[in-house]
Formats: sequence, structure tokens, C-alpha cells
Amino acid sequence: MKKRIGVLALQGDFEAHVKSFVRAGADAVEVRTASELDCVDGLVIPGGESTTMLKLLHYMDMMEPVRAFAAAKPVFGTCAGAILLAKEVTNPSQESFGVVDLTVQRNAYGRQNDSRVVHIAPDADFLSRTAEGEIEAVFIRAPIIRRVGPGVKVLAGYAGNPVLVEEGNILIATFHPELTKDSRVQSLFLGKI
Amino acid sequence: MIQSNEQWKLNVGLAEMLKGGVIMDVVNVEQALIAEKAGACAVMALERVPSDIRKEGGVARMSPVSIIRDIMGAVSIPVMAKARIGHFTEARILEALGVDYIDESEVLTPADEEHHINKKDFKTPFVCGARNLGEALRRIAEGACMIRTKGEAGSGNIVEAVRHIRTIIKEMRQLTVLGKEELVHEAKLLGAPLDLVEWVAENGKLPVPNFSAGGIATPADAALVMQLGAEAVFVGSGIFKSADPEARAKAIVKAATYYKDPVKLLEASEDLGMAMPGLDISKLPEGELMQTRGW
Repeated sequence: MKKRIGVLALQGDFEAHVKSFVRAGADAVEVRTASELDCVDGLVIPGGESTTMLKLLHYMDMMEPVRAFAAAKPVFGTCAGAILLAKEVTNPSQESFGVVDLTVQRNAYGRQNDSRVVHIAPDADFLSRTAEGEIEAVFIRAPIIRRVGPGVKVLAGYAGNPVLVEEGNILIATFHPELTKDSRVQSLFLGKI
Repeated sequence: MIQSNEQWKLNVGLAEMLKGGVIMDVVNVEQALIAEKAGACAVMALERVPSDIRKEGGVARMSPVSIIRDIMGAVSIPVMAKARIGHFTEARILEALGVDYIDESEVLTPADEEHHINKKDFKTPFVCGARNLGEALRRIAEGACMIRTKGEAGSGNIVEAVRHIRTIIKEMRQLTVLGKEELVHEAKLLGAPLDLVEWVAENGKLPVPNFSAGGIATPADAALVMQLGAEAVFVGSGIFKSADPEARAKAIVKAATYYKDPVKLLEASEDLGMAMPGLDISKLPEGELMQTRGW
């Protein structure tokens, strides 16, 4: 049976994530309520505005259900999702799920004019678990991971900062793998299920 | 030509990040903070909201730089600003200021009655209004990375927004059933480049995100245009010209996410106070329509 991925669809590029996981061979559905979490094997928190998603998570009483999900099953956060999952958020400081031991600085590259596409060489561990080749990393008003805890494994970096990391069941990218055709990051996440 | 370069990827990418969200017009820092707190995914920094522009008349220009800069300094969400149609110098100033998106907008008085800005020349992304598919594809051909249906700004009346989103969706659907040889003729009728017409025929959607604007005043209005196919909404006068902007802003944010869920829309519609006063667009003189600006 295909693995079933839920993409948190409160706001952001959830549609691009759904398509990218279908391309990677999974089933993918949009999740907007706590009860819909029960039907999925893994959860994606997409790119978008982390402040908007936080408001909606509170409106819908979804903070605790998502935190409980992350304690039991794999969760993948990109960009805003990375911010929401981190233990500590700066610029400005804001609430988060705190399920991965990172300090993340919001909008750390600057505004949209500072957004960029770069080609990065992932670490050997990422390559051995997926396939050879650079990653095309799309950074859009992206955050920077300023601190990683001792239990966090860095899978790729750019300009001296980690951009793809994992801790247990949680996978974090500060860029947007869902906006390119390369499915290796998605495959790595599916491997956790 | 559909661009495939990295800049295009970043700029359409930012529009992707705004999907399912509400972009709110704000005229000062105080309003920007209310919008951010309510859950806006971006704000549009303006000198006056469209209903005041309509009321006061005269020439509406790009907002003073100081207003935009103050708002950029106050919120952590993306900040957009408007330039007049064809006024590429205003757009260059906004780009130098570092706004995240430029709206080449019919809400301002056009600077050029024949030409829109060549948006491909810019690093900063552009959103443009459209009333039909031909207009949307012409703007994309010029480099727009996001389309919003125009509606009738500052009217508080959803009828034009509905007309425009329905028109674009219907015209796209019609293209999907045509043969390749028929598309050349369609491109001629639409006044749009053939390669974009072919792309839409094959995919049944625009190559960039398609948002809605112009007349959204209630959570129900936002949900209506989302159900008709809009991927996010712009709310102009509808929030800060209502009795309780904070409550209404939050309610519209909820409606843009739960647009298919009538029970949640009911919850979002409770206790909002009065909506902004609306205008009967059929009684407006032709010259006062904003939607007919741009071509």
C-alpha cells in the first residue's frame, strides 16, 4: 500500500507539496483539522507565512494535536514549517512546536530581492541514502538555522549554515524541495515511515 | 514565453507561499500590525484604501515612500505596494525600496494608456489585475508572476469579482477541449501569445497563481471567490472600513482556509459588526469604474 502523507493546508504552498509527494510515489492529502491527522502516516508543514499558520493552528485548537503527532510519527517542515517545528525562533521571537532542537532566525537572508536559487552539495549521508547529485535549493524569504542541538544531524549546508537537517522523526529544510522536480528529499522523508 | 529562469522560480514561488491566505490593504503601521496579528499572509502598503481614492477623486499615485518603509519595518510578513499602470519609474523606486511584490494596479490612476510595465526587466515580482483570460495572459507575457481578478475595488460589492473569476475559469476550461489547430484562432481572439494559450489548454489553469480582489467585504465573500477557483484573496477597503476591523480581519483569514466548510464559515461570520457600505456598481458612471483601466 502507498504511504499516505498529510500536508497541513492552513495557508502556504500546500498544493506544491501534495504534487511533489505524488511525484515521489506517495498518496498525499490536505489536512485542515485535528481529526484529519488520524488518517495519515506522516505530516508536512509547508512553506508560507508562519505567523498566519500559527493563528489558524490556535483558532482550530491544533497546537497540541500536531505536537502529539510529531512525538509519534514523522513530520517534514520546509521554510515556515522549519520555523514552526524549531525549539527557538528569533527575528522576532515567536511561539513554535519546539519538537526539533534548533534555533531558527526568520527572514534571515532579507526580503524577496534577497531570495535565491543555489546549487548545494549535500553531505555523503544524504547521498548514500538517496542518489548522487547536487540539490537545487530554492530559498524564498528563507530562515537560517543558527544553532543545532547535539541530537541533530546536518544533511546539507549552504554558506556555512545547515539547510537540511533531521532529528529522529523530524526532517527540516529551510529551502523548498517541493518547487523543483528532484524528489530525493521527499524520498528520504518517505523512508522514515 | 513562459520564463523558466531562476528569478521566475523565486517570484512565482513567493506567490505559491501566499496561497490560501489574505493580503490586506493597510495605510499605516497601526493597521499593518492589526493585519499581521489577525493572520494576514501579506499586507499592501497604501496611502489611501480604494474606497477613499474613489471618494476623493483626483490622481492616485504610488504611496509616499515613508509610509511603505515604516510598514516594512513594522511587520515580519511580506509587504507589497502599488505602482500606476505603465509607470515603470514608480516600480523602480519600489524595487529599490525593497518591497516584496509590486502591484501594477488599476486602483491608481494609469500613467500610460497603451502600455503596461515590461515586468520581465525587474527582479522584484509583480502582480497584475485581469478581468478575463486574454488580459491575464497579456500580463503574464509581460512578466507578471501572479494574477488577481480585478473585481471593482472600493465598492464592497462582490459581483464584479465573481464575474471576473468565473470568466477566467470558464475561458480556461473552454481551451482544454479545443484541438491544437483551433488554438491559433483562439490566441488571436484572446489577444494573447500562442505559447501561453497552449500552456493553459494543456494544463487547464494559469501558469502563475490566480488570486481574487475587488469587492470582498465579508468572510462569505472570500469563501465564495475561493470556491469559484481563486487561490487567495486581496481585501482592500473591506477590513478597515468596517465597524470592527480586527474581528473582520480574523474572520476573513479563517474563511480563506475553511472556505469549503459551512459550519466554520458560520462561526467566522458571527459578531462582526457592520460591513463596509457597498455600492451598486450598475449605477456608477462608466468613468468611475476602476476595472476598465488597463488593457
